[in-house]
This record gives sequence, C-alpha cells and structure tokens, in this order.
Amino acid sequence: MNILVCIKQVPDMESKFKVAASGTWYDNQDLAWRMNEYDEYAVEQAVRLKEQVKDAELTVLCIGSDKVKETMKKALAMGCDRGAHIDDGESWAKEPFEIAGIIAEYAKDKNFDVIFTGMQSQDRGSGQVGVLVAEMLDLPCVSTIVDFAFDGGAIKAKRELEGGVKANVTVQTPALVTCQLGLNTPRYPTLPNIMKAKKKPMESIAVADVLKVDARMETAAMYFPEKKGGGLVLEGEAGDLADKLIAILKDKTSVLK
Amino acid sequence: MKILLIAEYRDGQLLSGYSELLGFAENMGAETAMFVVGSDAALPAYGGKLYLADAAACGEFNPDLHKQMILDVVAKEQPDMVAFSHSSYGWDLAPRVAYGMKAAQVSEVVEVKDGAMVVPVCNSKLRRTVTCKTAQTVVTLQAGAFTPVEADGSPAVEKVAVDGQGRVVFEGYEEAEAGGVDLSKAEVIVSAGRGIGKADNVEMIAALAKALGGEYGASRPVVDSEWVEHNRQVGTTGQTVAPKLYLACGISGAIQHLAGMKKSEFVVAVNTDKDAPISEVADVLVVADLLQFVPALTEKVEAL
Repeated sequence: MNILVCIKQVPDMESKFKVAASGTWYDNQDLAWRMNEYDEYAVEQAVRLKEQVKDAELTVLCIGSDKVKETMKKALAMGCDRGAHIDDGESWAKEPFEIAGIIAEYAKDKNFDVIFTGMQSQDRGSGQVGVLVAEMLDLPCVSTIVDFAFDGGAIKAKRELEGGVKANVTVQTPALVTCQLGLNTPRYPTLPNIMKAKKKPMESIAVADVLKVDARMETAAMYFPEKKGGGLVLEGEAGDLADKLIAILKDKTSVLK
Repeated sequence: MKILLIAEYRDGQLLSGYSELLGFAENMGAETAMFVVGSDAALPAYGGKLYLADAAACGEFNPDLHKQMILDVVAKEQPDMVAFSHSSYGWDLAPRVAYGMKAAQVSEVVEVKDGAMVVPVCNSKLRRTVTCKTAQTVVTLQAGAFTPVEADGSPAVEKVAVDGQGRVVFEGYEEAEAGGVDLSKAEVIVSAGRGIGKADNVEMIAALAKALGGEYGASRPVVDSEWVEHNRQVGTTGQTVAPKLYLACGISGAIQHLAGMKKSEFVVAVNTDKDAPISEVADVLVVADLLQFVPALTEKVEAL
C-alpha cells in the first residue's frame, strides 16, 4: 500500500503575532514553529494504517522553506518512511488552490491508496486543501473524520457534525480523508526513532516544478480585530486578584450570596 | 448581484442557518435563489425560487451528487456567488463546488467590509480581507456572523434530481452519547482549557466550581486529551450554555468554544495571554498563573 500524509508547519498559536511590513501577512520572525495540530492526527492515523497493513510505504509531504524540515523530521520520527519536501520560500503567501495544486501535481502519477491531510490549518483555517486535492485527483473524499478503520480496501469513518452528532460513512480506496482533532492520540517520537529519522530519505522538489495553477485570490490586508473594549483587565498577585474578583462578582452577579 | 444560498437538512429537519444566509444576502444587497437537499415536508420560509432535491432519493449526505446538482443549478441561474454556512456540510461541499465552477472560495467569512470579505486568521487573533480574481465566487459564512433574516412567504419550488450513486456511502447518524452532565442548567460554570497544562489540574477546576456552587466544563482540547469526559464539553460540538457566571480557565477562545458560551451573563477569563480571543467576550480578564490564582480564589470563596 502506498500512503501519503500532507503536513504544514505553523506558528504556535500562543505566539505574540505582529503584522508584517507588507501589511498582508503576519511577521514570520520571532515565532515558535510546530506541526499543524490537525496534521498530527493525520500523521498518527497514517502511521497506524501502515502498521496495520504492514506492506506499506508512507510518504510525508510538506511545502515551505528549509525550516519546515524540522517538522518533517518529527513526522519521520513518528513513523513515516520518507519525506517529500516541496522547497518554497513563499509558501506562506500561497492560497489553498495553489497549495492543493502543488500536492495534486506531486501525487498524480504516484498511485497513493490513501491520502491523509488535516481538516484545516491553524493559521489560514480555510479547510479547503484536502478536499481540493481529492477533486483535482478525482478521488472520493471524507472530511472532518473523528474515527477511521480500514478493512479489505474500504475505509469506514465517522464525520464529526455539530452538537456531538456523527455521520457514519464508507468509501472504497483510493481515497482522501481530512482529519479532525481528537481522531486518535498522536504518539510522541522516542529518542531511538528520532535518531533513525535522521537517516530516512528526504527528497527535495523545487516548487516551480509542481506549481501549475494560478492563484484565485489574494490577501488584501491583514490586521488585528478591533478590541470591543469594556472588559476589565486585572493584573497582580494571586491573592489580591482573588479578592478583587470576589468584590466584582458580589457587585455584578448574584452567584455569591 | 445574485447569490445562490445553500440550505441544509439534518435528519429530516431544516436547519435554521439558512436565515443567516438570507441576512448575508441582504447585507450584500443581492437577489437570491436557494438550493436544498430536503423534503416538501419542511420547506424554508422564503419567498424566492427554491431548487429542491429529494433527500430520500439521494441522501442528506452525498457529496458527489449534491455537488453535481448544485453545479447544474449554477449553470442555470448563473449566480455571482454561492453561499454556504461554514458547517460540517458547508466546508465539505464548498471546495467541491468551487472546483467545479473554477471559482475562488473564501472560507469562514465573518464580515463584509466595503464590499470585501473578511476572514479570521490564527485562531481569530488576526483578520484579513481577501480579493478574488475570479468572476464567480464561493463563500462559507461563520455561524453567528450575520444577523438572521426571518423571511416569510412560500418558495416557488423547482424539483431537481441527478442520476448516479456517489462514491461516499452515508450509513446513518450516530447521536451524541446520552446522559452525563446537563451544563445548560448550571448557574455557574468553571471551564478548563488547554492552559491547565495536565489532567491532574482538572481537580483544581472542579474544586473551584464546587466552591461556587456550580459545575465544571471543558474546552475541546481538554476533552480530546481525555482529561475531561466529552459530556462536559462546551462549544459547537458539545453543549451550548448560558450560566450567570462563566469562568474560563486557560481557554484561548476558539470560535467553536465562544459559540457555545457567548450567551453567558457574566464572563471571567483567566489567562496569561492578553491577546487570546476569549478576552473579546470577557467582562473581566484576570492575567494570572492558574496554578496560583485558582486555588487562592477557591480558598477565599470557601471562606465567605
């Protein structure tokens, strides 16, 4: 079996963001970078599928500058066999249609049986890339999965809907699935596996070789939302803060009788 | 301008989100047509043209067939825009329809500013306006972003259908686990977010909830990590709550969480990150280390 998992490197969402001088994206400097959270579930599920079917090769694909290789190494340490690094210093500016176009171009002649992606990225959050890749490759796609089982060429999955409801679906491979938070418990790479990952093959592909589509939209401006204000900000020592909050709750609410 | 609005059915019921699609269209000053896979038994209150496909024939979830029928309606109506709710149905179908239309798609629109679509970035910490390069566009709208319009009248129904099976087979719904804690009745809810750090610290949150005479809840990451059971989750995929006091501990405030608690009467957020989106809905933001502040508050409340 031939499996592909697509990952993205994103800033830690707890970071202090600044708008870049261009005014159209956040400043890439002074941020801590990590694997997109949704993709951690995708990698884990892909590794579990590989372990289940045994005779399988699992490729991890990531688009970005050299620094994304750090995140790819984590995926390799989790159990992916080989890396496909699409070298692109401007990947941050690419919109979902271009990203999907790059992935589909890479994957089109490789006969992947199952492709895993996160259901969205934490920074752009478009939720489009996985579904678009499936459309471009003419594969069936199940998005937003919170349960995955593979048996005899078929995938049984649960889609997460609103209000705690799930939809049970079945699809024949080849297929693409996009992974929702909570799908599984992503493993921590062990030290021996981190060492082994350094020896795994990492192919580098120039983005110009796989970018065959044009952008359909662009970011005109990026900015911080206006603070609606009104909220009181309390800072200080824990005991004093507790006293202040109790006084406010007595004044403004009826919960402290 | 003309917008094709895509309404949704779930288990034979029309979902109310279509009235927000109508609100969006009104905001855009656009004429509309509507498409839905549903049934004659539950039609939307809408005076315009409704393209109705029979859910009994093609299933409430069948991306291949739903996509094809929407593309057929698009070919006939030639709308400038197709609008979905940013829901599990909408975000699944919109990219397929956009691909078929060769159109740009803008996901999770929260606002229209001077004609430009505004979308959130980085867990709503930032916003951006986007410009589309295609004549036709597809959008998904964040739930709650546009004021619902209560339309009246009955639609002019045109039945649509499509041949074929679809490659994704929908086997049925699985309801949320019954039982557990009904947070919607609690007057005080103290919720734990990822910021509590580890499972052991749930106890500290539960102790504060008890001292305040309320219940404890949790955000999605805490439930996904199995620190707290799912039936205490607050948010779109959990419970919607409206207590007199909601105390959010270490919760950044993802939109799905905010949607579940924004009707709370008084909101206190305890967080070390002043820019976290939860601060937007908080009446009081306590900038403090949870591990020091929560036990201190619990002790003082118990002593009252």
